[in-house]
Amino acid sequence: MEFDTIAAISTPPGEGAIAIVRLSGDEAISIAERVFQAPGQKKLSTVPSHTIHYGHLIEPSSGRVAEEVMVSLMKGPKTFTREDVVEINCHGGITAVNRVLQIVLNEGARLAEPGEFTKRAFLNGRIDLSQAEAVMDLIRAKTDKAMNVALNQVEGRLSKLINRLRQEILETLAHVEVNIDYPEYDDVEEMTHRVLLEKSQFVQQEIDGLLRTAEQGKILREGLSTVIIGRPNVGKSSLLNALVQENKAIVTDIPGTTRDVIEEYVNVRGVPLRLVDTAGIRETEDIVERIGVERSRKVLKEADLILLVLNYSDELTPEDEKLFEAAAGMDVIVIVNKTDLEPKIDMDRVAQLAGKSRLVTTSLLEEQGITELEEAIAGLFFSGAVGAQDMTYVSNSRHIALLNQANRSISDAISGVESGVPIDIVQIDLTRTWELLGEIIGESVHESLIDQLFSQFCLGK
Amino acid sequence: MNYYEAGEYEVVVIGAGHAGVEAGLASARTGAKTLMITINLDMIAYMPCNPSVGGPAKGIVVREIDALGGEMAKNIDKTHIQMRMLNTGKGPAVRALRAQADKVLYQQEMKKTIENEPNLTLIQGMAERFIVEDGECRGIVTQTGAIYRSKAVVVTTGTFMRGEIILGDLKYSSGPNNQQPAVKLSEHLEELGFELVRFKTGTPPRVNSNTIDYSKTEIQPGDDVPRAFSYETKEFIMDQLPCWLTYTNEETHTIIGDNLHRSPMYSGVIKGRGPRYCPSIEDKVVRFNDKPRHQIFLEPEGRNTEEVYVQGFSTSLPEDVQYRMLRTIPGLEKAQLMRAGYAIEYDAMVPTQLWPTLETKRIKNLYTAGQINGTSGYEEAAGQGLMAGMNAACRVLGKEEVVLSRSDAYIGVMIDDLVTKGTNEPYRLLTSRAEYRLLLRHDNADLRLTDIGHRLGMISDERYAAFTAKKEAIAMEIDRLKATIIKPDETTQAVIREAGGSELKDGIRGADLLRRPEMTYDAIKQLIPSPEALGEDVEEQVEIQIKYEGYIEKSLQQVDRMKKMENKKIPVDIDYDAISGIANEARTNLKEVQPLSIAQASRISGVNPADISILLIYIEQGRVARTASE
Repeated sequence: MEFDTIAAISTPPGEGAIAIVRLSGDEAISIAERVFQAPGQKKLSTVPSHTIHYGHLIEPSSGRVAEEVMVSLMKGPKTFTREDVVEINCHGGITAVNRVLQIVLNEGARLAEPGEFTKRAFLNGRIDLSQAEAVMDLIRAKTDKAMNVALNQVEGRLSKLINRLRQEILETLAHVEVNIDYPEYDDVEEMTHRVLLEKSQFVQQEIDGLLRTAEQGKILREGLSTVIIGRPNVGKSSLLNALVQENKAIVTDIPGTTRDVIEEYVNVRGVPLRLVDTAGIRETEDIVERIGVERSRKVLKEADLILLVLNYSDELTPEDEKLFEAAAGMDVIVIVNKTDLEPKIDMDRVAQLAGKSRLVTTSLLEEQGITELEEAIAGLFFSGAVGAQDMTYVSNSRHIALLNQANRSISDAISGVESGVPIDIVQIDLTRTWELLGEIIGESVHESLIDQLFSQFCLGK
Repeated sequence: MNYYEAGEYEVVVIGAGHAGVEAGLASARTGAKTLMITINLDMIAYMPCNPSVGGPAKGIVVREIDALGGEMAKNIDKTHIQMRMLNTGKGPAVRALRAQADKVLYQQEMKKTIENEPNLTLIQGMAERFIVEDGECRGIVTQTGAIYRSKAVVVTTGTFMRGEIILGDLKYSSGPNNQQPAVKLSEHLEELGFELVRFKTGTPPRVNSNTIDYSKTEIQPGDDVPRAFSYETKEFIMDQLPCWLTYTNEETHTIIGDNLHRSPMYSGVIKGRGPRYCPSIEDKVVRFNDKPRHQIFLEPEGRNTEEVYVQGFSTSLPEDVQYRMLRTIPGLEKAQLMRAGYAIEYDAMVPTQLWPTLETKRIKNLYTAGQINGTSGYEEAAGQGLMAGMNAACRVLGKEEVVLSRSDAYIGVMIDDLVTKGTNEPYRLLTSRAEYRLLLRHDNADLRLTDIGHRLGMISDERYAAFTAKKEAIAMEIDRLKATIIKPDETTQAVIREAGGSELKDGIRGADLLRRPEMTYDAIKQLIPSPEALGEDVEEQVEIQIKYEGYIEKSLQQVDRMKKMENKKIPVDIDYDAISGIANEARTNLKEVQPLSIAQASRISGVNPADISILLIYIEQGRVARTASE
């Protein structure tokens, strides 16, 4: 849609003391008002334009305070886009700003396309004509890029799942339609409230499942869960330090947990990693020894990525082989460290054990091979190799927002069915769910319903 | 050929089928001096296929035609043999009325109306050419040399253009039911540069009622309550004739299977594209070969005939096969075939050559409507005929033309689909084509469209006054129910218990109680009666508008969002070649369709959001390159 309210993070990703989420459009102020709580019950809709306000962002569903924020409010036309604009300033860092974005998207804002704020400024006559060509190039280029991403996703797990879900809904819709358009055809069973309820609940469960993976936040929001394993003294600690130093870790101490699950976040070439059990590594240098075999297995099992470190100047031991066994079937990068020392390891055997896993040699002491390691991590991620297990890639804010909206639509459908609203009216919400899911994979064509109708049922005079 | 000047009119309508009659009447009623010319005066408003009017989506179109001041609703109200409200068990948005017509009576009644319409002249003749001067259509020339000059022409030739009937291996040039086809007109349209496509449709056999054993079939009676399409109808036909239901069986399917090689559909004789929603029986048997039986409805064609229409049995198999197939069906074992089913191929205009007013882009003041635009169905034809006739008259009289939007009417959905997306099969309206179905209901067609009909003079002042009063009564009653509190006394609890709901704990507003699924307006009325007696139509509106308020609101929000895009107009003479950055497929399609608004552009296939953005930028900057004016 061209004139709805859009939102995006307008500060560069990554570090920074503050981050800004910007909203633009007719509903910018009303959306912000719904999620903003200021001291003294101040209402954003009543404050003067071009003012800034301190307060908290709340999750409307739970009423919980999500972030401490400053909100600037600017009414059109004296704004960048000439529309109403709200800027929410929050603490820097991926997690906080993503949460803020997520909240406004859930309230009905749409994630802006690349360059869309500029485009609006342009359309509303804010930017002069000389910039026209440049903006258009931008739109074309970014859209092509977005399309490439979409194409990649077509083969991805998420779109497969969504396609399957949409097909399920489509068949239900076609069934309802055929009852309406051909009320006398008795070879088509009448869709009942009971069947519709079952179908809707199934759809909701699936959407819930997808949203759960989003909440577990395996990727962007929380990073790939990464575990470093290796015998004592192979250089795990140095590896950790190298990654952290290079990439400015954000150390978090998650409240209510024991300190053995302290985690550190690093961002390796755009791939967020959540380094698990770093305290363990720092203190005892040996995860297996310290937390016991069972626990370590569990930690390994939950990991998305395993960095297995070997010592170049030592022979392979049965312990090393056991580590390979423990990591079997997972995404592993094998790091042979200490290449500055004399070679004693049997590299052929290592290659054999590593199998399809990537193999990197480093000398962390001399800062050799770190670039290669980072490339290996990024490569693994962007080729889609990592995340083969439960990671449905619902990490993108736009996807999450659409899934949340779809979830609301299907909830409406369910409560409609439960309170006895006629099926053809409940169908409005079911159709909306189908459209919203379609937007995730960039498909929302009405004609397909009619095609489905005629391929699924035998109709006619 | 000796040509002669035969008269001057403001609008000429070619054809007097379902599109033609509405076009002629609408043009005359809007105030234009109108001529209607048809190949055969005995075939006015003829139904070459099924003897029925209405049904899902189509029935709502008939109501819309009535609200705009058209004739189809009134005519069927006077001439039906049976009427039924369909989908009564479902929500209000999909209820639809369907009537079985007395075909002959329907024609006679319509002819009488046309003959007596002031401002409208009806003659027999075959139009062969248009008079085109300076890119404008200024009249027609007939087969007999008559020249009728006019300021606008509406073409409603149905399936007559280069029509060919196909029955087994028999194939001959013909209009429907062996009428004279229009060959020259088709050729003339091609000469003028229009692109035509070949479509196909078909009809089932008719049998003699006296040879049917109805005891082997199931009766399908009409409703026993008075029903009417028109808001003005006050007299109801209660003496109704039933239809009958029977089924095909394995034996029928075996005969069809054994004779597929003789079917023109499968032997390749038929090349035109047929409609998916109206497949022949051989199509159904082939495509759904796991179905052991298909429904067959036996529908009388009128009160003064024994002919019965075998619905569900459309076929172009040879006559001898049709005989054998029919006689396998319970009740039809001894049936006498009166007319064989057949397929018909015909020329249709590619509808993207039209503006949303149904005027052709190529020639000014030339309009086309009905089956010639690639649709199928009497109601679809009538809806377009009405719009084309109205718009031709508006053009001539200098009034503003009327384009219905997708949220105004099913007619708007249909025309927008046709001119924006085109169609690759005969187009039929389905409820699923309408995205704002809840707004486009059977019951509120008058609320949606009477204003337009009245503005153009198609709706009398008297009717309009009654309509305005109804609208006010609805609004007042809704306000009253929203303001009145019902106390939880014993009377109230008893009414609620009887409806099967749970008792009240506190007082509740009338509107809120009505929103409960089990409650009806009738129940509320017992508790807080209206000070004045309200008509049933008012009560129905109040109930629907309150009960489904939340859903209606949701639809209206969608409409609002789309409106912003509808309001972004695209200049007619925009030069798409001068806009850099638009993808090639989008450019080709934009040039063909020439959308009038950004919203319409966004509905064209192959036009993606990036193209729309770029288009918007050009338009907003006022830097649109214009094509050299024609």
